[in-house]
Amino acid sequence: MKIRTLTAVAAMLIAPGFAMSDPDDDTLVVNGEIEMVTKTEAPDHMSDTYVDTIMSGWHFRSDETQSLQMDDFDNSGMVFVDIGRDQWNTAEGGEGKSCASCHGTPEESMEGVRATYPKWDAEAEEVQTLAMQVNDCRESRMEAEPYGYTSGEMANIEALIAVQSRGMPVNVAIDGPVSETWERGKELYYTRTGQLELSCANCHEDNYGNMIRADHLSQGQINGFPVYRLKNAKLNTVHARFKGCVRDTRAETYKPGSPEFVALELYVASRGNGLSVEGPSVRN
Amino acid sequence: MAQGVRPRVKVPRKAEAGEIITIKTLISHKMESGQRKDSDGNVIPRSIIHRFTCDFNGQNVVDFKMEPAISTNPYFEFEATVPESGEFKFTWHDDDGSVYETAKKIEVA
Repeated sequence: MKIRTLTAVAAMLIAPGFAMSDPDDDTLVVNGEIEMVTKTEAPDHMSDTYVDTIMSGWHFRSDETQSLQMDDFDNSGMVFVDIGRDQWNTAEGGEGKSCASCHGTPEESMEGVRATYPKWDAEAEEVQTLAMQVNDCRESRMEAEPYGYTSGEMANIEALIAVQSRGMPVNVAIDGPVSETWERGKELYYTRTGQLELSCANCHEDNYGNMIRADHLSQGQINGFPVYRLKNAKLNTVHARFKGCVRDTRAETYKPGSPEFVALELYVASRGNGLSVEGPSVRN
Repeated sequence: MAQGVRPRVKVPRKAEAGEIITIKTLISHKMESGQRKDSDGNVIPRSIIHRFTCDFNGQNVVDFKMEPAISTNPYFEFEATVPESGEFKFTWHDDDGSVYETAKKIEVA
């Protein structure tokens, strides 16, 4: 019996190198009340892949990092939500309006919004991301300068809007008028880029759960954006992350806000259909 | 005053007499170390919070001296014994002379 225990202990000592790479089975509950869906069945459109369970990036992080997201006080992303709220209430531009002038409080008007973006804008006849919508409002309704697409201000506002949908399932439409953009996004997802000739799928579909040098590959889900990253102590937007990933394949990247990244955002978001909106999440 | 500074603290509203409670504090602050340079090569002057204290009914609980290596938005978590009802007072001292204060009441049943 004793020897057995010892063997078990020894096995545990050796195992972490492998065990750590696999996503865990923890449950994410924020503030002890918002229960998050962090693992669920893959949406139908992914039936041509061998991914049958989609998982939030939360599962791929250490317990310490995970716990930071379980309490809003520990979640440094919430600091930026507060700054976003100040921005929301600040009148800017020629019209002298703030977000609040039209939309009231974000609690009233922004519930569920994050979960459906990017989506088709019938007036502009294009797929719009949340960031594009924010800047559209700023330019046409407030007559204010648009935010930089991946700027801190944009991330703050996105975080403020995302937090109103926390716990709600991502539900991005992929059919109808957006289907063309969605197909383009899908193509980009599977297109190898850069000197390393890597596509999104090579890492995030074929190798999630494995290590890429010191980094732990997740499924590349974007339900937790904007993300507070411990490595740069700020909120990071989806397109900034895309840019970082494409750069890491040693390619010239598309620009944040470009039609390519908008299409890719739509496709990647749709791969997370069913997961809870987590933004602002905490990752390393 | 540095921009965007906002203190926040988490203290339980109620406690038993003599109970050990956990207090969490976070202040949003850029904590500029004084080691960095801007794009023109000029040193960005140091601007940090260099001291943080917590008092309970006039009695000191913790007194932190803080150094430039502490990263942005400093977070402190510590424990305190609560003998009676009263008020926790939190004070942050900025390099520029600003003092940020906040207080939280606690009721001992």
